[in-house]
Amino acid sequence: MSTAQRTAPLSVAIGAIGAVQNAIFPAVAAALGTGIGGSGLLIGLGVGIAATIIGSAFSYFGWRRTTYTVGDQDIRVESGIFSRSARSVPYERIQDVSLAAKPLPRLFGLVAVKFETGAGGSDDLTLEYLAAPEAERLRQLVRERRDDDPARTPDARGEAPHEAAPADTMLFAMTTRRLLTFGLFEFSLAVFAVLGGLLQYADNLIGADIWNVDLWRVWFEEQGSTLAAIGPNAQAAGAFAGVAALVLIGMTTGIVRTVLRDWGFTLTRSARGFRRQRGLLTRTDVVMPVHRVQALVIGTGMLRYRFGWHSLRFVSLAQDDAGESHVVVPFAQMDELAPVVGAAGFRLPDEETKWQRASTRHRTDAAALEAAAFALLAIPVALFAPPGFALIPLGLAVVMVAANLYAWEFRRLALDPEQVFMTTGLFAPSTSIATRVKLHSVELAQGPMARLRGYATLHLGLAGGTFAFAGIPLAEARAVRARLLSTIAATDYSRIEGGAEPARDHALSDAQPGFSANLRAT
Amino acid sequence: MEPLAATSPPDAAVDDDGELTRLHPNYAHALRLHAVLAAIPALTAALVCEYWLADQELLPAGLVAGAVLLIALALVIRVPQSRYNARGYQLGGDRLRVVRGLLFRSDTVVPFGRVQHIDVDQGPIDRLFGIATLTLHTAGNHNASISLPGLGEPLAREMREEIRAHIRRESM
Repeated sequence: MSTAQRTAPLSVAIGAIGAVQNAIFPAVAAALGTGIGGSGLLIGLGVGIAATIIGSAFSYFGWRRTTYTVGDQDIRVESGIFSRSARSVPYERIQDVSLAAKPLPRLFGLVAVKFETGAGGSDDLTLEYLAAPEAERLRQLVRERRDDDPARTPDARGEAPHEAAPADTMLFAMTTRRLLTFGLFEFSLAVFAVLGGLLQYADNLIGADIWNVDLWRVWFEEQGSTLAAIGPNAQAAGAFAGVAALVLIGMTTGIVRTVLRDWGFTLTRSARGFRRQRGLLTRTDVVMPVHRVQALVIGTGMLRYRFGWHSLRFVSLAQDDAGESHVVVPFAQMDELAPVVGAAGFRLPDEETKWQRASTRHRTDAAALEAAAFALLAIPVALFAPPGFALIPLGLAVVMVAANLYAWEFRRLALDPEQVFMTTGLFAPSTSIATRVKLHSVELAQGPMARLRGYATLHLGLAGGTFAFAGIPLAEARAVRARLLSTIAATDYSRIEGGAEPARDHALSDAQPGFSANLRAT
Repeated sequence: MEPLAATSPPDAAVDDDGELTRLHPNYAHALRLHAVLAAIPALTAALVCEYWLADQELLPAGLVAGAVLLIALALVIRVPQSRYNARGYQLGGDRLRVVRGLLFRSDTVVPFGRVQHIDVDQGPIDRLFGIATLTLHTAGNHNASISLPGLGEPLAREMREEIRAHIRRESM
């Protein structure tokens, strides 16, 4: 088992196809740059072929020189054509093994295997590409090796039956109908940004200066005179059609993006943890061990909140591509979220929860400061803009005051014996729930204003995320801190994390039986 | 010199009203030396500016250099002592509280059970004054490392040992 292995040979083919893609632009550029007629075309073709050959050669030698070894303690990957690198990742430090199949590798039955260590982003160890069965075998193996960890007590091991225990329960799945609804709420005008980018590219290519204001003004004046000629009704109809087109484009973009990302979304609960599969073209398969979940974030959007739609994320050291916490339920009603929250060993706040609010002084100060910013903005506007325009920032200042005063009602913090709850947000309230024992430090921060007015910001050290609540009266903040610390300090880290965060894996060698519900659940 | 016995007994409580342990007096001197080093480039720039302005005859002579010198003096004479006074710590049986900041105060408590690893660092200036910085690393994103500068070097090492003793089976 501990011999060095290569990744799938077909990876070379994928690398070669990538090289062809990469060769297109230099080839076109070379062809255009040397004059499109006659010899330019040949030169372009030559550049393209050369780029393809070089890229493919790199891909081939890269594959030749990349080996991975599945050892007793760790996984080692050696790679590099000219400068070699050898990386070893101990099993205990692997947060989860995720598989991602992009469209092209998927055609060949290949997947990229990523060992998430919590180091974040590109620092994680990735093997590109392995045959799907081999990848699945590797994943099982990593789990088994972790289970064989001598630190596990017999009873903990007994509860984590060896592998592929078929008792997987489906926690959440997206139906097509749900997916489309979700897409509607994911309204996005990002397509215009892409178009803008393309235009700029075209600008370089065709030489029309699209950022030249005069060009547009002339164009608008021409169009404007045409518009003026067609009468007010037609103008209104045109404006309406424009807005409708915009909305249509935004919704289509939203639906397309959502379908691509969340097609066939399923979340299952297995013996080892949560497993999430999603994606239409790029299919990803992520496993999240339950005890690694540090906190939950329930989010929503301004509009979707009115319809009761929420999303749920798990905060842990492992993250989705964009550095965001893993989405486990993208779009669901609260009663659908509740079982997932329960399965992760958390509780939602209920009527019993005793909420604390931020200091009213903080409310006043925040409102005053934001209003002052807009009021200051009004001065230059009043001086330089046509009369009347200064009313806009002044009006905004009033709106800011009202929003701040009202939003205060929605900023709440609560402690229960095991968890900390926080909700913020006026139009799209989001709730964070953290486990008290899994916090790492507690800080009270005060700026000059806060010291003058006697309130503080509470920062909790959370692995993989942040948790901060501003403007609690100092005495209350201190009381909260004392309560949190009494929980945190009572439990050594090694006891709470069966597999623990990266740096503390040494400490887990005396994981004790029956410590936390989370550990037991794994 | 600071007595080594400053490490608290294991049952010492960390509470918000308790008195903070002051840092090593040499820390104020070290801060002052840092301020002097930082002021030198600024003063040099001011003098160059002054020299250049002398030809232009726009401003009275010595205005720029004088202003910079005043600020530098304040930063060297006044501020280090205030910063020193604003800092402190409390070492409890199972946690460390670090208070810092002049304008922006921060008051952090780290339970020893959450410490990942511990550093004791000494820069050249620290070595000159016989002080060291103790840094506790945690796994939280916020406060991933909490540093406590200006401890007497032997004390910093002693605190490191004491905190380390609380971390179960840590293999450093």
